[in-house]
Amino acid sequence: MDQVKLTEGQKKVRRRRSVAIALALALLVVLFYVATIVKFGPGMFDRPL
Amino acid sequence: MTYSEDMATLDAADIGFSEAEPRDYFALLKPRVMSLVVFTALAGMIVAPGAIHPFLAFVAILCIAIGAGASGALNMWYDADIDRVMSRTSSRPIPTGRIKPQEALSFGLVLAAFSVLTLGLLVNWFAGFLLAFTIFFYAVIYTMWLKRSTPQNIVIGGAAGAFPPMIGWACVTGSVSLESIVLFLMIFLWTPPHFWALALYKVGDYEKAGVPMMPNVAGMKSTKRQILFYAVLTAGVGALPYVLGFASPVYGVFSAGMGLVFVQRAWRVFRMQDTDAVMAPAKSLFGFSLVYLASLFAVLLVEGLAVRFGL
Repeated sequence: MDQVKLTEGQKKVRRRRSVAIALALALLVVLFYVATIVKFGPGMFDRPL
Repeated sequence: MTYSEDMATLDAADIGFSEAEPRDYFALLKPRVMSLVVFTALAGMIVAPGAIHPFLAFVAILCIAIGAGASGALNMWYDADIDRVMSRTSSRPIPTGRIKPQEALSFGLVLAAFSVLTLGLLVNWFAGFLLAFTIFFYAVIYTMWLKRSTPQNIVIGGAAGAFPPMIGWACVTGSVSLESIVLFLMIFLWTPPHFWALALYKVGDYEKAGVPMMPNVAGMKSTKRQILFYAVLTAGVGALPYVLGFASPVYGVFSAGMGLVFVQRAWRVFRMQDTDAVMAPAKSLFGFSLVYLASLFAVLLVEGLAVRFGL
């Protein structure tokens, strides 16, 4: 089966794109995590068991 | 790029493997337009009555910025043919081949969906709806329809650029009000003199690209008259925040002074000879128009912050 071999330059830009996507996803996770706490407020744990 | 264990050598373009850098994708977002959008949206948010959690305010600004960037990417996807022939835009990522049109389309659609849904979920759905409408207005109404069909393209299309302070306001209040409509009008009426000043000295570019800008269709004389007309309206509306009581007398004096300079620059364009090859007055008006809008919103922003922090 044929395999595509990337040039060094193509590998380099693909890696940079992957890092950028990873950073964007990490930012989204943090964003929704903090926003959830902010939206619920301090009363989040104030509930009967 | 080559196929290993195979004699065939293929060009990168045949395989279609992307060679785009992250910064090419960032360029699709039109960062300079985005910065003005962020600034005016922030001003709308700060001037609005009511409270918003600082983190949610940050999320709102981020969503508005990404939404504006998404419409920029969709615009570059659709307008790649025009961008290729205009000197100002020929080095954009699609005309240079660094990003494929369908990649820009997917990128724009994904960012648009994410920004609208996040704004709706975390801030409020009215602001989310306004952001969605703004993206639709810029990408579909302006880019796909008006831009290539009427010299009124940037007059009506200017609404897309005028929505951000209204969205910022809606993030805090969940509604539209007379004040936010004034903020909208300040940008809406400013857009024609701003773009037509540019179009006057880039007339050849637009002619080549087949975009019916006002100077190409109605001629220099009519365009200069209309620039002056809109400049007067812009200066008048610029003072309304003081007249309506949501800005201080300092803003009133500042906006009146800046408005006078704006009209004076437009007057110089009006008096400019049709044979003028350098068109210094038009270049000067274009440059000043950016300073005018940014400084008025800067004063509104500073005053809003002063009120919020009880200074």
